[in-house]
Amino acid sequence: MREAWARFAEQRAGVVGLAFIALLVVAGAAAPFVLSHDPAALSNDVMVSPSRVHWFGTDELGRDVFAGMSQGVQVSLTVGFAAALAASVLGILIGAVAGFFGGKVDLALMRFSEMFQVMPSFILAAVIVALAGPGLTRVVGVIAILAWPQVARVMRGEVLRVRQLEFVDAVRCLGIREEAILLREVIPNAIAPVLAVGTLIVGQAILLEAALSFLGLSSADLISWGRMLNSGQRLLFNAPWLSFFPGAAIFLTVLAFNLLGDAVGAALDPKGRRR
Amino acid sequence: MGRFLLARLAWTVPILFVILIVNFLIIHLAPGDPVQALVGDFPAPPGYLEQIRHDFGLDQPLWVQLLRYGQNLLQGHLGYSFANRQPVLELILARAGTTLVLMIPGLIAASVLGVVLALAAAPRAGSAFDSGITALSLFGYSVPIFWLGQLLIILFAVDLGWLPAQGMTSLRGSATGWAYVRDVAWHLVLPAFSITIFFVAVVARVARASIVGVLSEDFITTAMAKGLSRRTILWRHVLPNAMIPVVTVIGYSFGYSLTGAILVETVFAWPGLGSLFVASIGNRDYPVLQGILLLSAVMVVLANLATDLVYALLDPRVRRSYGVAHA
Amino acid sequence: MSAAADRPIVSVNDLRFSYLRGGAVVSALRGVSLDVQPGEAVGLVGESGSGKSTLARVLLGLAHPRLSRIEAGRVVIDGQDVTGFGPQQWRTLRGHPLAMMFQDPLTYLNPVMTVGRQIAESVRLHDGGVDAAARVRELLGLVRLPESVATSYAHELSGGMRQRALLAIALGCRPRLLVADEPTTALDVTTQAEIMALLADLRQRLGMAMLLISHDLGLVASACTRIYVMYAGRTIEWGSTDGVFKVAAHPYTAGLLQSARVVRDAAGRFPTIGGDVPNLSQPIEGCPFRPRCAFAFAPCVQMPEPVAVPGDREHAVRCWHFEERVRSGAEVTRAG
Repeated sequence: MREAWARFAEQRAGVVGLAFIALLVVAGAAAPFVLSHDPAALSNDVMVSPSRVHWFGTDELGRDVFAGMSQGVQVSLTVGFAAALAASVLGILIGAVAGFFGGKVDLALMRFSEMFQVMPSFILAAVIVALAGPGLTRVVGVIAILAWPQVARVMRGEVLRVRQLEFVDAVRCLGIREEAILLREVIPNAIAPVLAVGTLIVGQAILLEAALSFLGLSSADLISWGRMLNSGQRLLFNAPWLSFFPGAAIFLTVLAFNLLGDAVGAALDPKGRRR
Repeated sequence: MGRFLLARLAWTVPILFVILIVNFLIIHLAPGDPVQALVGDFPAPPGYLEQIRHDFGLDQPLWVQLLRYGQNLLQGHLGYSFANRQPVLELILARAGTTLVLMIPGLIAASVLGVVLALAAAPRAGSAFDSGITALSLFGYSVPIFWLGQLLIILFAVDLGWLPAQGMTSLRGSATGWAYVRDVAWHLVLPAFSITIFFVAVVARVARASIVGVLSEDFITTAMAKGLSRRTILWRHVLPNAMIPVVTVIGYSFGYSLTGAILVETVFAWPGLGSLFVASIGNRDYPVLQGILLLSAVMVVLANLATDLVYALLDPRVRRSYGVAHA
Repeated sequence: MSAAADRPIVSVNDLRFSYLRGGAVVSALRGVSLDVQPGEAVGLVGESGSGKSTLARVLLGLAHPRLSRIEAGRVVIDGQDVTGFGPQQWRTLRGHPLAMMFQDPLTYLNPVMTVGRQIAESVRLHDGGVDAAARVRELLGLVRLPESVATSYAHELSGGMRQRALLAIALGCRPRLLVADEPTTALDVTTQAEIMALLADLRQRLGMAMLLISHDLGLVASACTRIYVMYAGRTIEWGSTDGVFKVAAHPYTAGLLQSARVVRDAAGRFPTIGGDVPNLSQPIEGCPFRPRCAFAFAPCVQMPEPVAVPGDREHAVRCWHFEERVRSGAEVTRAG
């Protein structure tokens, strides 16, 4: 475990990513207390370009963009983590069972997982929200349901690998039940690569939520980065800063998660291809 | 190979079935009367609602409705769009071409460019050039495609004024023939560029990793030991082996291209299926949404099928059995 | 080409070679000298980590051009000094006169190309005007493989068949010297014997020389007329097979022979050489075998120079202990 940490620390890009994400978490939590402008406050400074008073400018209702963005962190990170967590839990369970028990169970479960990958998650989520109304839980649910096969595949691969290792047979000889072996011995050893995939899913989820908000498929009272881009689109010629900054935030956040995910993956890969 | 094909095609059937069910059920998500959902916001003559109810069998048990829905689909009845006063299928077909004009060049350019970049970078793994390509592809892959479009508009249309910002043709345009083509092409540049940048990143990333992996394989040493030139080794030994995951990713890109289309068309006001989708959301034109969802799912299935077939053509080891193909 | 029959196909002179791995410099070869005359079968014996595979790669210029370099010494192939060769120059030299055969045939064959096409590649490259298809069939026959193999893929063949296929690929280059790096290690014993018999037969028919690299002493003994023993990147003993086996002058060679006999000693243990091979990324003072040697004494802090074994002109060894014994007039017998 320690070597994995050491290898991770070597990946400077991953560390930068992690640092950025930590910064975002802190910013999101602290925002309500620290900001000089209330993100929802309307003002008379309408469509002001970035200045000393309004660092990132204001929108058509005079709301400060920087403040809005700082609050938007909450939505993005919440959706990202929640979706990834849900997808991971499902994926770990199903992947582990498939990999461990093999044979028909494996085949059936893998076929089953393929069925969840036939629809583009964005379009499905968009249609669901269009029909049933916006809601973060809904969005998280759709993402999770369509993303778990990614996790399951990785988990299954790892479980297949671990279960070949001798110590599993050794434990089996002690007479422990199969389910217990799966839970206590195999899963803990196989779970590491799931972290890497899970991190990448956070990035995907953030992008998806932003895309939905961009199309206006999100609750109007919730300030999110994608939503800001939605207003930005209409005012592209007059107030480009409305699109530039929130979009940059999405980009950097997703980038950070992708860097982190790659670094985690590389740190956990024992064969470590030389760069 | 024949058996593989058969097995693969056979698997498509249950998948299509699942798509059918999901698509069918989704309309029931709308709060209230499903008939109202099907008709949308438009005032319909009272008798019409009853007729819809009857046609779609909405007064029948669910499984009968499903059957009806399936039958309708097979006959090409995807519903009727009141907002556009056209049957949904016709509407979709009419707009599909516009989207294709946008997506196809973008995707093909992205695939080719992605592989070329990877071919250039991978043998120089670890060099500054390679690091640059890796970084660029990571960026391209993390960027929200709609924001990218907006940035391009801000830079090239607003600031520099080189290219048009919106639409497929100039507003004043009544151009015909060659002038029309040129006009469209000019409008195509920025949106197609957005698509290309995103997908290039994805393809290049996978291709590069794959090529680097193959370059370190033992059989490359054998090829070198024979005395083959670097170029021959790259083209005849590395590429066929390395392309396998790349084909998967290209297929995936084509399959999911409708998602990109929706976002890019919205940013650039390109009048294709994407814009139709967004407009229909605003119009609560649910049959259109259903139709496009169905189309996107079918595209994914077809793309996966094509990918698996190409995969089998490239890799003889796969032909023996149809395992879990999308690894 | 005129004096080709007189001069060695390959001649390595005190070669020192190192490469970069994970930030550390590994001196894989620290003084290797060997040569192979036309038509002869030479063996190179050593444990894993001795540098024998590295030598094979260097001989074919397969070492990574940027991450490795020849520090000193010379490599002469067919009269040409190739020590300073770059990748382009190496390319023209590979396949002919040197061809190579590798250890694990499954990973050394292209999985998506038919075996026939892979053999044909060698043929087209080295045998210009010849009808490739016919020559492929001929080569398959030489290695005793059925013609159907030409349209098969690597994963459809057994281990032994794959190794023969690799051999056919090498032969397609019409090599004068075949470098075989652990050609039978991945095979079971019966197949091993078949491959070795095939190699012997081919050598005779084609007049081909062979450099057989292996950790398996028995294998080398039965197939080669001369052998070199390598340890920690150096050739430490060499001579005719008979000579070296009879008088294992170096304690390491003696130890290898003991271990190879697989006969338990009085205490019921299998003979082994205690200790580990040295770490080649660290510098080594003097004789590298010193930490494991039962006969190490004062002079061993200096690397010994080669000394001839009395009574056998070809046989030489680098060992102070042996030199000491010869000087003191002891009978020339196996060390220890």
